[in-house]
Formats: sequence, C-alpha cells, structure tokens
Amino acid sequence: MKNHLMTIIVAAFATTGASLAMAQEMDHSKMDHGAMDHSAMNHDSMDHGSMDHGAMDHGSMNMDMNMQGGAAPPDARDPNTYSNGYTLHSGAYALPGGHEAMEMGDAKNFAALLVDRLERSHSSQSNATAYELQAWYGSAFNKLTLKAEGEVADSRVEEARTELLWSRAFATFWDTQVGVRNDTGHDTASRNWLAFGVQGLAPYWFEVDATAYVGQHGRTALRLSAEYELLLTQRLILQPRIEANLYGKEDTEAEVGRGLSNGTAGLRLRYEFSRQFAPYIGVERQQYFGDSADFVQAAGGRRGETRVVAGVRLWF
Amino acid sequence: MSQFFLPRRRFVQGLVAGGVMVGLSGLNGPTWAKADPKNTQTGSAAVLSGTEFDLVIDESMVNFTGTPRLATTINGTLPGPTLRWREGDTVTIRVTNRLNEPSSIHWHGIILPFQMDGVPGISFDGIPPGATFTYRFKVSQSGSYWYHSHSGMQELTGMYGGIIIDPADSAKDIRADRDYTVLLSDWSDEDPMRILSKLMVQGDYYNYNKPTVVDFFRDVAQNGVKRAMDKRKMWNEMRMSPTDLADVSGATLTYLVNGVTPAGNWMGQFKPGEKVRLRFINGAAHTFFDVRIPGLKLKVVQVDGQNIEPVSVDDFRFGPGETYDVLVEPKDDAYTLFAQSMDRSGYARGTLAVKEGLTAPVPALDKVEWLSMSDMMGSMGGMGGMGDMGGMDGMEGMSGMNDDPLKTPSATVRHARTEYGATTDMRVDMPRNNLDDPGVGLRNNGRRVLTLADLHTIGGPMDQRGPSREVELHLTGNMERYAWSMDGVSFSDSTPVHFRRGERVRVILHNDTMMTHPMHMHGLWSELETPEGEFLARRHTIPVQPAQRVSFLVTADALGRWAWHCHLMFHMEMGMFREVVVA
Repeated sequence: MKNHLMTIIVAAFATTGASLAMAQEMDHSKMDHGAMDHSAMNHDSMDHGSMDHGAMDHGSMNMDMNMQGGAAPPDARDPNTYSNGYTLHSGAYALPGGHEAMEMGDAKNFAALLVDRLERSHSSQSNATAYELQAWYGSAFNKLTLKAEGEVADSRVEEARTELLWSRAFATFWDTQVGVRNDTGHDTASRNWLAFGVQGLAPYWFEVDATAYVGQHGRTALRLSAEYELLLTQRLILQPRIEANLYGKEDTEAEVGRGLSNGTAGLRLRYEFSRQFAPYIGVERQQYFGDSADFVQAAGGRRGETRVVAGVRLWF
Repeated sequence: MSQFFLPRRRFVQGLVAGGVMVGLSGLNGPTWAKADPKNTQTGSAAVLSGTEFDLVIDESMVNFTGTPRLATTINGTLPGPTLRWREGDTVTIRVTNRLNEPSSIHWHGIILPFQMDGVPGISFDGIPPGATFTYRFKVSQSGSYWYHSHSGMQELTGMYGGIIIDPADSAKDIRADRDYTVLLSDWSDEDPMRILSKLMVQGDYYNYNKPTVVDFFRDVAQNGVKRAMDKRKMWNEMRMSPTDLADVSGATLTYLVNGVTPAGNWMGQFKPGEKVRLRFINGAAHTFFDVRIPGLKLKVVQVDGQNIEPVSVDDFRFGPGETYDVLVEPKDDAYTLFAQSMDRSGYARGTLAVKEGLTAPVPALDKVEWLSMSDMMGSMGGMGGMGDMGGMDGMEGMSGMNDDPLKTPSATVRHARTEYGATTDMRVDMPRNNLDDPGVGLRNNGRRVLTLADLHTIGGPMDQRGPSREVELHLTGNMERYAWSMDGVSFSDSTPVHFRRGERVRVILHNDTMMTHPMHMHGLWSELETPEGEFLARRHTIPVQPAQRVSFLVTADALGRWAWHCHLMFHMEMGMFREVVVA
C-alpha cells in the first residue's frame, strides 16, 4: 500500500514538474513546422525590405528546428579547440598574477532577497499574516537558496515551512534543488525532511516549483506550485498562483492525511511602483481534502475558506 | 526608494546643469568617502595635444538627475580630455589613480604593444590606488578613437574621452571648417554593481516595453485572434521577449552628449555654408544609439578611425566602442542632433546652431518595434537572409569552381558542444548574413540608414593574403539567468583563442542570441568581409545582429595577449569575453 502510494507520488511528481521541464528542454518537435507555419510569419514580424516571397520555400520550413535544449551531437565543436594548449593562466605572455586583477562579474557571487508575499489575509473566520520569501546567494548557475513560507495569527506562528537548498542549473531555465526542509507550528508537531526538487520557468512563462520530500518513519511529501504573471500594463500585473501539498502517509501529530492534503489557488493584482516595491490585493481559496480536512475540522477550523488578501511584494 | 518617485521625465531629460551647484555638494547627500570632492566639469572636453600627457583619475561630483552623485573622472571632467596625437609620434601618458580602487585606461582601437593596452589581468596588473602608470607607445595610425577605463565598470561612472590622431601627412586629412568630437554616453545614478545585481534577479528589470494584455487586445482588434496568438506563440514557447532590445534602459540611464543631458543641450556652433566634421564616439557602457540630425544628410567618411568611401545617410546605429565621423553642411540656423537609444526608452540630444540659445524641434522617439522572426531564427525566420541565402546554399556547388575552399566564409553552422547546456538559451541553425540589414527598429522607416554593407575602407585590406584557416565562435547567452558567453562558455571558464604569429585568419562570429553585440578585438584589426569573402571595412568593433553570422579577417601581427569581448559592459562582465594569444 505504501509502495503504491509512493508510486503515485513519484508519478505525479514526474508528470507535473519534471515533465514540464524535460519535455520542453528535450523535445525538439516543439519547434516543428506547427510553430513556424506561415501565419506565424505575418507581416508584423516580416519587415525587412529584401523580402522575397518566391524565395521562401515551404519545404525548408519543415526541417527539424532545435533552437533550445537538446543534447550536443557527437560532432559538435570543442570550445577549447582554438587554444592549442594555452590557458588563461599559462603559456606565453600570461601575467604571473593571473586574472585576479580582472574581477569579472561572471566569477562573482550575487545575493538577492525576494519577498514574494507579505500579506494580511481576512476571511469570515480569521485574520492572519502570511509571508513567502526566497533568498539566494551565488552565481547564475549555482546558488544557496533559502525558501520560507508561513502564517502568523494571534501573535503565534501557525505554520511555517523553511527550506535550505542548493540550486544547480541543469537546463537553460531549470534548476535542481537539493536540501532540507523544516515544518513547524505552535500546535503541530515539527517535521524535518530531505528535499529534492526542480524549480524553473516552463514555456509560456509559468514559474514552476516541484519538490519531493522524504522524512522520518517513511514519511513522504510532495509540494507543487505554479504561478504566472499577466501584464495588464507595464506596471499593473495580475498573478494567478496555485499550490498543492500531498503526503505519502498519514501523520496525526502533524494533522495531515494521506494523499492530497490541501490546495490553494490565488489571484493577486499588484502595482509595481518599482520592480522592488509592489503593493497588491487579491483573493485566495484554500481547501483541505480527505483526512486532512477532518483534522482541520476537528481542531475547529474549516475544510475550505476564501480569503481576501492585501500585501506587498518586495525585493532587495 | 526615492528613485521611483522621481518623475521619469527627469531621467530622460536630465538636469540642465550637469555639474553641481556650488554649496549643494555634500550638504544633503551621504558622507563622501573623501572630503570635498570637486565638481565635475561637463561639456566639450579640453583638448590636450603633444606627446606628453598627465591624466589623473579621481572622484568628482555630478548631478544629472537632481541627485548629486560621485563620478569617476579624468582630470575632473566628463568626458575626460580629448587627446590629440600625431601619427608617427611616440606618446607618453602618465596616469595617476586617486580612487580608492584599482583603475586602468584602455586606448580603444589603438595598435600598440600589449603591455600598453590597459586591460588589468591581461596587459598589466592595473593601476592600484595612489599609483601612477606610464603608458608609452608609438602612434602608427590616424583618425578618431577613444579611451576608457577597463576596470570595475568605471565606464558607466564617467571614465572615457576622445582621441584624435592627425595623419602624418596633413594633406591626407579629411577637410572640414569645424571639427567637433561628439561623445555619446550613458549615466546612471545607481551603482553599476547594483544594476548588475538587479539584472541577475530579473533580466528584464529595466524593460518597460514588454508585451501586455492591452497590446494583445489591440492586436486582436486589428488582426484577429489567430494572428495575435500566432505572433506570440514562439516567443512564449521559447520564453524569450520580443522587446529585449536593451538590458539597461532610460528607466535608470540618462543619455549624454559630451557629458551634457538632453535638457542641458550640448551645442556646436557653425557658420552657414561651413563644412562641419562630427566625430561620433559611442562611449556608452551599455547603449546602442540611433543617430540622426533632422534636416541634414550625414556624410559618413570614417569608421573606427579608418577612412571609408563617403556614403550619405539619414541615420546610423552604433554600439559602444564604435566611432563614426560624419561631415554635415548645415544651412539653416539650428538643427537637433538626436540619438535615440535602440530600445526607444530615451535619447541623447544636442544642437548645432549659428549662435548660442537657438534650438530646433526635438523629434519624438520612434515606436518600439518587436524583434522579428529573422532576429530569432535567422534566414529561417522569413526574409532576413533570403537575399543572400542563394549564395550561402550555393557554396558547396561553388567550391568545385574555386580551388581555395577558404575563399568564401564557411556557411556550415557548427555549434559548440557547450551550447547545449544551461548557459545558452537558444541556437540559430540557419543564420542570416544580410549585412545590408539596418537592424530592428530601423527597417523600412523611410530614412536611409547606414548598414555594414555600405562600409568600404579606402585602400582595401591591410593584408592581401587570404585566410589560412577559419575560427568560428558563437555569441551565446541566457537572458533569464543574465549569463553571457561565447560558445556557451563564460570567460572565467574559457581557454584563450590562439593565433599563430603572422598568420592571416578568418574569424566567423555567429550570433545565437537575440541582441546585437558590438564585438571588440583589442590590438588587432578586424577586416570585415561580405558573405562572398570580399573585403568591406577595417574595424576595431564589429556589431553582430541577432541570428546573424559575420566574418572578418585578422592578421596576427601583434604579439601578446589581448582582450576580445562584447562592448556592452554587462555582457562583458558576465562572460561574453575571450582572451586572444598571438604567439
């Protein structure tokens, strides 16, 4: 039974998160004729004077285009082929001190703190303050990443999820993330997990985060989230966001049931006074499912509720 | 925080006075690192002539937007002094660094010993704080050039100036009644490192011309749902932006003519009937300018210091590092010198007039144009290279007729294996090689726009030999991560490109990105050729358009190690850079 459930989780993980990534990175057929039919080449994009319709051979449009991702063919060029053994630090005319004096940005580490949500939520039953942030330190391809999400009500941390991950680029738009996660809350048991996930940008600009977790006593979990940014204008941005949490095993102390435990769908409208300061308003529906919903109900909560939120998106 | 409450007009227009009002300096601002930095002198730079020069790098105050800022300046001016040399002279330049950080000066486009080239880590160790470095080299060329810092992003904070080299034989000089150096540049109140950090978080941070829902519905109304959807399909599938025209825009930059804001309005005086030489230098850190003077034909006579067969145009685009000398013959009282940024987020502006105080109308910025399918897919994307494709495809057939397979540049695309990873967000399999394309935003605009195909250096190539081999490199990047590279390998992970001493080699640059990259090879001339292998122009900086493949010949006659990079400063910083070893 447990194995069966794990299979489901792994399958769900594979299909939702990774497949989004891998399919687009690896599948060349996405760039096939369909994407390049004549209608895509309308006059808006065909603006150069030397255009010659006669010369445009439809046959040549059928060739398998492979503009992104994929694997290098065996005869791909070696990028070091022109060096003839010279390196940046050795060989004729190399400076003794090497390139330390250059201090190029591609060898530097950068840091960022993005507070995606810092908000006050209001529902018919409760008011709370919620946060979600991501901080990182590192380069374009390797980062130490901190993710934190939580809710504070009545001056108490109701629930908090904190993850410390090593993000490593494995494809153009995708990072693998490996690390640890801690869940805590004032009246639920604290849980620690090992985390394995992917985070990145799917075609059509969906930001996707899919992480599988393994905890003690055979506990497993899966967290999926996706968000999208719809630019109404250059500064007014509508952001739909969905999230789902699944668990492989019932955990009464942590008040989660097996299977799909909860899901959230939100819609936030922000105004970017600057990229770094954007207040927003929105609505969010949170729903518990199955045994998890029973746990919540038994504790005096609701199986589902709709909240109005107001907050600010910040980064530093 | 205060930055986004400033009216945007302030950035676009700037303040009238670029220097700081006396008494304001240091009163409201933060505590400066040094006591009482001097105010920067802006406007046409002083001209220093002779063979001995003393340049002092220091911090001084500027105020382009209403906020006093420290600039890094040379001899207290922005731009730095114009250096006037004579071909054949040996010049000695003592450069003293009074900053708290290392600095350097690179003589852009000047042929000299590599130890004098001024690139820290390659030519020398840089100039430490408090130290003086003496540059000394023989001047073996003539024309308009420029110099700038090659350290710590100081190009964006004010360290640049013009170089004029008079020909040894003055009869060979281009005749003009007046001669102005017009150095265009960009300024930001933000720390360049801060700009880079922001781009690392969000590559389109400064792009305020992104496609919106409003645009979509306008498109639907005009062209129907299907067309509107199709127009966006590939961009969205590939996660690329059709308006990724400049990474850094007027949202943070103020564009300057000789250190003067558009509101400040730099002025060049003339008398009607005079022939005026304008030495345009793009000394910007990260901005392509489209230059025109409404009402005047621009007769382009020199490019990158090399005289060309004159060509008259209305408009020309140039990237950081490039120089264009034009002759104009103004007849009216006043003309506006208008240089809009390639992404149409702002402009630099000056005035040519018969007397102080006169102005002419300032044109509106052109509409932002989306990158086309040919900018994304090369000759596959429609017409881009169609005209030339016959020649390209016919290559194999032609090679039978030619004994020399290197007579024409290879059209076979060979991606590096390192282009298939996270560093690279796209590859172009069918590049275009239409050098007669003025580029996005300038096509079919009713004006005669200069293109690479128009350039013909007088006297032909410096070396009559054909190439003995080809070196193909691809310009690559990942806009989402803000990582730039060549062949998918950023500088710090790369190995040098080795040229054997004395060899004549063909370099093919193939642009696998959707941005134009002004590629500057230090120390060696880049002799641009047509796709058919015919000589066009001797350049030090060659702009390569999106999905375009260009080639040039290099004679490896300068021993040493040289920098070779995209002159968009943040691309260079983030790895679109190679070292060249000539040995």
